[in-house]
Amino acid sequence: MTGYDKLIFELSAPGRVGYSLPAPDVPNADPKALLPAKHLRASAPELPEVSELDVVRHYSRLSQLNYGVDTHFYPLGSCTMKYNPKLNEDMARLGGFARLHPLTPEAHSQGALQLMWELGRDLAEIAGMDAVSLQPAAGAQGELAGVLMIRAYHLARGERRTKVLVPDSAHGTNPASTAIAGYRVVQLKSDAEGGVDLADLERNLDQEVAALMITVPNTLGLFEPRILEISELCHARGAQVYMDGANLNAILGITRPGDLGCDVCHFNLHKTFTTPHGGGGPGAGPVGVKAHLEPFLPTPVVTKSDDGYELDWKRPQSIGKVQAFWGNFGMLVRAYTYIRTMGPDGLRAVADNAILNANYLMKRLEPHYDLPYPGPCMHECVFSARRQKKLGIAAMDVAKRLLDLGFYAPSTYFPLVVEEALMIEPTETESKETLDAFCDAMIQIAREAESTPQVIHDAPVTTSVRRLDQTLAARQPDLRWKPGRAPAVSDTRV
Amino acid sequence: MANYPTDLKYTKEHEWARVEGNRARVGITVYAQEQLGDVVFIELPKVGTKVSQMQAFGVVESVKAVSDLFAPLSGEVAEVNAELVKKPELVNQDPYGKGWMLVIEISSPQQADALLTAQQYEEFLAKGGH
Repeated sequence: MTGYDKLIFELSAPGRVGYSLPAPDVPNADPKALLPAKHLRASAPELPEVSELDVVRHYSRLSQLNYGVDTHFYPLGSCTMKYNPKLNEDMARLGGFARLHPLTPEAHSQGALQLMWELGRDLAEIAGMDAVSLQPAAGAQGELAGVLMIRAYHLARGERRTKVLVPDSAHGTNPASTAIAGYRVVQLKSDAEGGVDLADLERNLDQEVAALMITVPNTLGLFEPRILEISELCHARGAQVYMDGANLNAILGITRPGDLGCDVCHFNLHKTFTTPHGGGGPGAGPVGVKAHLEPFLPTPVVTKSDDGYELDWKRPQSIGKVQAFWGNFGMLVRAYTYIRTMGPDGLRAVADNAILNANYLMKRLEPHYDLPYPGPCMHECVFSARRQKKLGIAAMDVAKRLLDLGFYAPSTYFPLVVEEALMIEPTETESKETLDAFCDAMIQIAREAESTPQVIHDAPVTTSVRRLDQTLAARQPDLRWKPGRAPAVSDTRV
Repeated sequence: MANYPTDLKYTKEHEWARVEGNRARVGITVYAQEQLGDVVFIELPKVGTKVSQMQAFGVVESVKAVSDLFAPLSGEVAEVNAELVKKPELVNQDPYGKGWMLVIEISSPQQADALLTAQQYEEFLAKGGH
């Protein structure tokens, strides 16, 4: 179904209602008599006046515009858009979890605390860490908590370091988290193979450096072969090593950040551990640390004793609480379910198949698109549309055409070190048939760039909206409905 | 080549500087704005801010990416192009003219020697530009 673009406000008809309430059995009260004038609004809010059927039909139609892993292949690089097993949903909906109030006394929430304790233990084992906080609500918040722990660690040792090193291929969240934690960000160059430029690292690694943030494999989908050398170098200068765990899917059961010399590592449960991603979220970004950083973990920490499980608040060196209550608990249930469903061998197979799928796709597309950093790759590969750009077809054009051919687009223009980047991460949950169909579409587009480029420039034509004017949207954002305004008219609608 | 006027000096981060006496007008190159695509937001320092050569002085955001802007020369910000806040597209339309960003009161004129000439900058771009 295409072309539906109404706001619920635009369906409003004066006097229409979708409810019927019984007459009140107490006298009506005048709000003016009960509340101070300053707390009363001058006029009634202009809420949409709609029937129950209007509401049901409106949201059903919007839901049919959804595009997600449950309907389509979604090769968005660096996002690990794998299938989210429905068993996870069943477990998260168990009454004992779903209806548990977060302030239920510990004695009456032992099952939930046990799940949190065991999930923390399992994540620590998977990453080679000694302790885990489940609180952060997203990868970036895990990063921030991790960098704050590193800062607390240095300060506890009487060291006031000021800089954090971040490679130029890093996710944008790395410099952002670092800056919010009060550090100056120093960008490191990539070398010709796409890894960290060791000379540049040595040059910048002085006594002011609190940490290096590194992503393994990196955003080019390449394993950093000198990671041990890099972490030793950092430790020798008193700097900590933060591992961005966004790409953990590629190394599950093969190696562990802790064994690579990393001191801190976050987990994107909504990537590697199959909790819903994006609109179906929320996310969850637990953070793991080595023993020397454990005193600084956010409070509270779930502990286990002979008396059962409890929340430990008595942690004087803690960076404090970073999230409401105990984190996004429903996501913890889903991730726990996934880990227990897969088991150690299953998780190892995840990484093996994610790598195999990415390399298969890379090999099939290599003759048709430039590959600035040749593989073999890990869980994702980054092509450049620079060959197509010479024909007037940019990475964004390729992305738009893919929508017409029934696929979500790869990440575009990231990482920044690749010109006209197309970053493709198939994940382990896709079949060979799906990968082949996607490759066929990409190859068709490469051919169209040479023969019928207008087809690509016109794309997408099959979606509910055509090309949106993203420049106008960014320069003059129009973010909400305002009373009395005529419905927006866009020339991009079909 | 008209894309890289010979009266300008260039950085490897794709800024240009036009030295006029003890002041330098600063912006980003044609190459930079092409790579960025449509510029949608620019953050510039206030007049009077001290800037250092090759340290970030501001931020440019396009539909594709957010990038730091680096000062070609050290000194103090003497003028800021206030029009860019309302019309960031000037950076795309006229990067060496109406798309200028800052005028810097130069503190170390000899720093200009470290910048690239138009010819050197074009050679740098030919080798990949980063």
